[in-house]
Amino acid sequence: MQALRQAIRPRIFPLFVRHYSSALPSAKLNIPTDFSTTPILAHAASALPDSLSLGPSPRTTRQNLYQSINSALSYALRTDESVIVFGEDVAFGGVFRCSGGLAAEFGTERVFNTPLSEQGIAGFAIGAAAQGLKPVAEIQFADYVYPAFDQLVNEAAKYRYREGSLGRSAGGLVVRMPCGGVGHGGLYHTQSPESLFTHIPGLIVVVPRSPIQAKGLLLTAILKSKDPVLFMEPKTLYRATVEHVPEEPYFLPLSKAEILHTGTDLTVISYGAPLYKCMSAIETAEQQLGASVELIDLRTIYPWDRETVMESVKKTGRCMVVHESMVNAGVGAEVAAAIQNDVFLHLEAPVRRVAGWSTHTGLEFETFNLPDVARIYDAIKQTIEY
Amino acid sequence: MDFIHPAENTAIPTYRVMDSDGVILDPSHESQDLKPEDILTWYKNMVSVSIMDIIMFDAQRQGRIPFYMVSAGEEGIAVGSAAALNASDVIFSQYREAGVFKQRGFSSADFMNQLFANKHDSGRGRNMPVHYGSKELNIHTISSPLATQIPHAAGAAYALKLQDTQAGAKDKRIVACYFGEGAASEGDFHAALNIAATRACPVVFICRNNGFAISTPTLEQYRGDGIASRGIGYGIETIRVDGNDIFAVHKVTKEARRLALQDGGKPVLIEAMSYRVSHHSTSDDSFAYRAKVEVEDWKRRDNPITRLRKWMERKGLWDEGKERELRSTSRKDLLKAFNEAEGATKPALEFLFRDVYEVLTEEQKSQINELRDIIERYPEEYDLSVHDRGIESLKIDK
Repeated sequence: MQALRQAIRPRIFPLFVRHYSSALPSAKLNIPTDFSTTPILAHAASALPDSLSLGPSPRTTRQNLYQSINSALSYALRTDESVIVFGEDVAFGGVFRCSGGLAAEFGTERVFNTPLSEQGIAGFAIGAAAQGLKPVAEIQFADYVYPAFDQLVNEAAKYRYREGSLGRSAGGLVVRMPCGGVGHGGLYHTQSPESLFTHIPGLIVVVPRSPIQAKGLLLTAILKSKDPVLFMEPKTLYRATVEHVPEEPYFLPLSKAEILHTGTDLTVISYGAPLYKCMSAIETAEQQLGASVELIDLRTIYPWDRETVMESVKKTGRCMVVHESMVNAGVGAEVAAAIQNDVFLHLEAPVRRVAGWSTHTGLEFETFNLPDVARIYDAIKQTIEY
Repeated sequence: MDFIHPAENTAIPTYRVMDSDGVILDPSHESQDLKPEDILTWYKNMVSVSIMDIIMFDAQRQGRIPFYMVSAGEEGIAVGSAAALNASDVIFSQYREAGVFKQRGFSSADFMNQLFANKHDSGRGRNMPVHYGSKELNIHTISSPLATQIPHAAGAAYALKLQDTQAGAKDKRIVACYFGEGAASEGDFHAALNIAATRACPVVFICRNNGFAISTPTLEQYRGDGIASRGIGYGIETIRVDGNDIFAVHKVTKEARRLALQDGGKPVLIEAMSYRVSHHSTSDDSFAYRAKVEVEDWKRRDNPITRLRKWMERKGLWDEGKERELRSTSRKDLLKAFNEAEGATKPALEFLFRDVYEVLTEEQKSQINELRDIIERYPEEYDLSVHDRGIESLKIDK
């Protein structure tokens, strides 16, 4: 939180200093995530997920999310001279330190600041991509992506389609943006606008949950994907999540979900920061209710991995979707609708959505607005008992 | 304390090489190495575009194509500037630059295939008419949202600069970017010129100031000294030119291209003054907002085509006989392409789905099957005979 306060100072100052409470002494469910023990993170090199397809005993470094993003950017810049990295305040390392040291290592021709204009950043990136570069553009906060909405929706997403047989596209493009709640971001440092982009054919929307995921998914987005990728980074995880990240490059597939925890009675589908709260709620539910709950990380929000989700729901017969952004027309709406369409006969309870309420992300209300462990736990309980 | 009063500034002058009678005003013009056969090609290209405009405007009126936009009055800007570029230079345009495509080598068939959106159209029948594009000629496909191409041009110019430096290229490339004075009011214009200046991008911005954005006259578009005065504010070398004077446009663009590659690259702004003598598009009746007499006056008084013709006649390069023959040949060539394009089949239905992503998504594959199933069960509701490969193109591997 200290990091965020420092980070956003250039944008919204003066920022008054205040103290934030953690948990109520009486709380049994809404206890802050202990990132040092959560089973979601690889706390030892031996705990690396098999999905990374690495050789035997890979060398690892303990890194947090911003450091793993930095190492992905560094590797991409080193291996492909068509990669460039830019945005507001990127050259000195970025307000979240994701691009630290890159300008010094790779030169200001390839890592540079732009004027403060999101439509300019997106438009510039699209032109560079259409001419064969692999631009990695940064929007300082997802809350400020809207000035670039026209460029992303009408231009980046439709470039390949309208070029037809000519084959030019904005496929080299990656747009990174910090998103989601961090406790005190108020209206414009909290938003999760992913569902606005999942409604846009031609864009790939990715939300990583951890340092390992971020590095592998970002490397795929930059070096492998031929489609424009919006890479939305939960800023609350930048420093909080630390794990053993393989030093050698690896590529995680896009549009592929991952089962984080297997179960037989209920499927919980989520992505990004709420996964940690889902895991806490599931641990409690398994202890207290004796339920066996499966947890799926979508990772790519669009085009999403229907097969993994449907197979899981076929098995469990019950499911729920959890995300921070507003429930109405959110990612959960699409996932829930697809589930009832594809595996209707397997369902034994309504598909539940636990998400932000249909309101704005007001400063003092975040605890009550975004899904917490209590709401997720309660939804698990109700769905199991339905 | 002195406020700067914009109104007290002298307007930025308009550069001209020849007057409206085709008489050369700038003595330095003759020292240029311009070949008469090249100038004749410019003239032929301007005439061809103007004839295509007449044919296609009528074709739209007859309902044979859904939409069209003419270039009337602005052929000189397009052809003159395009002639000053290298073939490897990259172009982004707005939509009223058919002359750029023509000068670069876009054939009558290329124009017609796009306008009729048939199976030979590189856009695979997805774009409205006049949204041309060419990979071979290094012109990015036109999109309707105004001004979005201006920051693209800055980014593409940065890419060219980086690529040419990395490759140690001898002949460096620039980007040329066209837009109207109305589009220059968009935020993307501001974003683009600013980032092009700060990132030192080799790009020439060419604004066609034709006095109108659909119905809106420039008095309601801006209060400064046109678009040119803004370039200076961004730290960009800028010039205003008479857009009806193809020699002036050519010379200015050539010099702008040279400047754009100086000092490691930088943007240059050209504001080319003209008058939109036509309706905005086939969906517009411009006499609803301006007097017919004003338009007729412009048409009669000054026009890039007649101006160059007068110069050629003075030089003894042109006469009435050659004019008649050119018009007849151009018309025949265009009508032949028109008939072939109109008769060609429409693109395969699979192209509704393809190219959204590099490969079809699972979701799209299931939707293709869904669409095919509907068509097969309701065959009387859909005409597949006009589409290349009929229902076959919807048979894909699951």
